[in-house]
Amino acid sequence: MKQFEVTHDPIQTEQYRAYVLDEHQGGVVVFTGHVREWTKGIKTEYLEYEAYVPMAEKKLAQIGDEITQRWPGTRTAIVHRIGPLNISDIAVLISVSSPHRKDAYRANEYAIERIKEIVPIWKKEIWEDGAQWQGHQHGSHKDAIEED
Amino acid sequence: MKVLYFAELKEILNVQSEEMNINSEITVETFKQTLIEQYPQIAEKQFQIAVNEEFVPSDAIIQQNDIVALIPPVSGG
Repeated sequence: MKQFEVTHDPIQTEQYRAYVLDEHQGGVVVFTGHVREWTKGIKTEYLEYEAYVPMAEKKLAQIGDEITQRWPGTRTAIVHRIGPLNISDIAVLISVSSPHRKDAYRANEYAIERIKEIVPIWKKEIWEDGAQWQGHQHGSHKDAIEED
Repeated sequence: MKVLYFAELKEILNVQSEEMNINSEITVETFKQTLIEQYPQIAEKQFQIAVNEEFVPSDAIIQQNDIVALIPPVSGG
């Protein structure tokens, strides 16, 4: 595993908890985002994720740097899966540890919000009768710079 | 320069990457205009430009050996 990684393989969760843990840390928050079958009444058959892999891994590492600046003492690992994913598969995992739990909770939520803004990964929803790439207009130069 | 396409843009144009020759250094804005002239089918699509794996503003300069990526609205997570 890498600390900030895009992978085609199913995500094995426990190694990311272990990676961020050391004797300074008192809490680990591990978030897993899963493929949802129903979105606004529409049934998804499966998802297809695509990434600009080298840039996506750089942007995940940037999010890790932003978290370190905002919450000193935290440790972060993030992995995002790409390729075809079935209902309930793990698409993304964010693991953050901190000496005290509040920082890990806050940093973890910050990470998923930033992933949705600046990491070049795209989701295609495949339905029974069609398919569509998803995405809002984020990922601009402005978004890429950390906001205080 | 090498140009990379992803997601919806890749499907519309049916191309993943291609080499493009530029005569001199051009701005990102000029590159986008040139690209849309060549591919009018993506004129209405939203995308950002990344140069060498970093988002850049529209007045940034693209050089001959750069890797330029069209980044449609992202939807990871």
